Amino acid sequence: MSDTTRTSEPSTRRSSVRRAGRARPILLVAAAVYLALMVAWAVLPGLFAHGDPIVGVATDGLQAPSAAHWFGTDATGRDMYTRVVFGSVHTLVTALIAVLFGLVFGTGIGLVAGSVRGVVDAVLMRLVDVLLAVPSLLLSLSIIIVLGFGTTQVAIAVGITSVAAFARLARAEVMRVRAMDYVEAAFASGGSFVSVLLRHVLPNSLTPVIALAALQFGTAILSIAALGFLGYGAPPPTPEWGLMIAEGRNYIATSWWLTTIPGVVVVLTVLAANRISTAISERNRA
Amino acid sequence: MSYILGRIGQAVIVLAIAFTAAFVLLQALPGDALLIKFESPESGLSPDQIALLRDSLGANIPIWQQFFDTLGGFLVGDFGYSVQSGTPVSVIIASALPNTLVLATSAFVVAIVLAVALAVLAQLSWLPWLRTMLRSLPSLFISVPVFWLGIVLIQVFSFRLGWLPVINPGPIEGLIMPVAALALPIAAPMAQVLIRSIDDVLTQPFIAVVRSKGASEWWILSRNVARNAVLPALTIAGLLLGELISGAVITETVFGRAGIGRATEQAVTNQDAPVLQAIVVISAAIFVLVNLLVDLLYPLLDPRLKTIATVNA
Repeated sequence: MSDTTRTSEPSTRRSSVRRAGRARPILLVAAAVYLALMVAWAVLPGLFAHGDPIVGVATDGLQAPSAAHWFGTDATGRDMYTRVVFGSVHTLVTALIAVLFGLVFGTGIGLVAGSVRGVVDAVLMRLVDVLLAVPSLLLSLSIIIVLGFGTTQVAIAVGITSVAAFARLARAEVMRVRAMDYVEAAFASGGSFVSVLLRHVLPNSLTPVIALAALQFGTAILSIAALGFLGYGAPPPTPEWGLMIAEGRNYIATSWWLTTIPGVVVVLTVLAANRISTAISERNRA
Repeated sequence: MSYILGRIGQAVIVLAIAFTAAFVLLQALPGDALLIKFESPESGLSPDQIALLRDSLGANIPIWQQFFDTLGGFLVGDFGYSVQSGTPVSVIIASALPNTLVLATSAFVVAIVLAVALAVLAQLSWLPWLRTMLRSLPSLFISVPVFWLGIVLIQVFSFRLGWLPVINPGPIEGLIMPVAALALPIAAPMAQVLIRSIDDVLTQPFIAVVRSKGASEWWILSRNVARNAVLPALTIAGLLLGELISGAVITETVFGRAGIGRATEQAVTNQDAPVLQAIVVISAAIFVLVNLLVDLLYPLLDPRLKTIATVNA
């Protein structure tokens, strides 16, 4: 490598770094299309899969993926593609409830802490520290052991683990926006505390919060699948993705598709949510 | 000095709240539910036996006294008794902990090695497509569920290739796949932070000076960048401890390893709140202590922070 190429290297490297993060719209489009497909599966599953997700054809048991059964069939002859399609509503709705839970409570805590400051701020932030100090799975399990097993319980249990992230972000955003000149001006021109908060601070803090919501949506799907896998979510024969992977474990030696394909669907959903979150926060920064 | 004291005080407060929250959630709330279980006619217990049971479970003691009894017990390592088996929780934890510690520490070390290797390779590789690929690996592995990764590993390495047995593996053999399943999702966010902070350091003027003096890329990375990039990595490593504990619970379940994770899973399935309470409080304590240590180490590793800390003091 000659000296001239070396001196030019830093700049090309830096631009390639930026390009790697930003200018790949194909991936973003793919992520959006994929998530749209997931939502369509959730809203109109009958349009995409014609079989029955609960009752199978016993003679069709454990068939490998084929033209007739895209994702293969499980031990009781249920079509795995149908089950994955009908399962998307469970995962997506549970994740949505979980994120909304974290968003509402977390942003609420952050707004109050960042606006009121003082003792309230200190107390609320220590509570948030506690939520961060307990490993997320153990936090979820503590809620589940009290509330019992089930889809709603899982949604709340996962939602609580995202409260801390929303609270910290909302607080930081409120403190950042509060220091802006136009907020000072709004106060100076006689705006009351609450009206300035709602009309100026909240809307300007929203974009990063939404980016975090998309990110948490992906994390929530991972947690829901894990809790479903452990058997704490919807009971069988619900076609929940995590539960399907757990059920497929018994046939791991012979039927790879039972565990692999639902897992790939989960990974793609999380990847898509993360990609969209990155796009939102990059647009905000630009 | 006041920085250190303040930070320690903060840690103590967080631990106190964590203990209280775990007490309220897992002891005060379900306490009555457990008694309902024993008082139902199906249990076949006479009123005398129930009274005895209530006494032995401490249900007749006022709640604030229960709180201080439990707190005192936790401070000296007495975590009460398992509802399911009646064994002391401390015995359950003591027998499960060594396995989990081996799994978690090996996974943590492997994760650090993987993250550093990936970050360095991503910087040193001169092929643009390779660099892009290495850089996008972490975001892929962040999106992979730990339990599924474990299953895929078993599928590929045990059943397809037949390299590693799943049934009765040797102590080392049996550790390889669980450690990999646990380490990869931890290594991914670590590598992301490392790559980002290396990028940040590389754009600083002093790097241009070193480079113009004729230093090689490897020299710059190992001498100049490493010291600066290690600090954010240290912070994220502390924060990832929670992920490590969560991941260990799932990994142990997938691979059928005995340990804290299996104990946790059984506690939830059997509604054994005292066991979960102890595990939650101990995990929180470990998390808080490690992150306290990281914060206290920070000024030692970064002289700039030392002056800020003393100026503030």
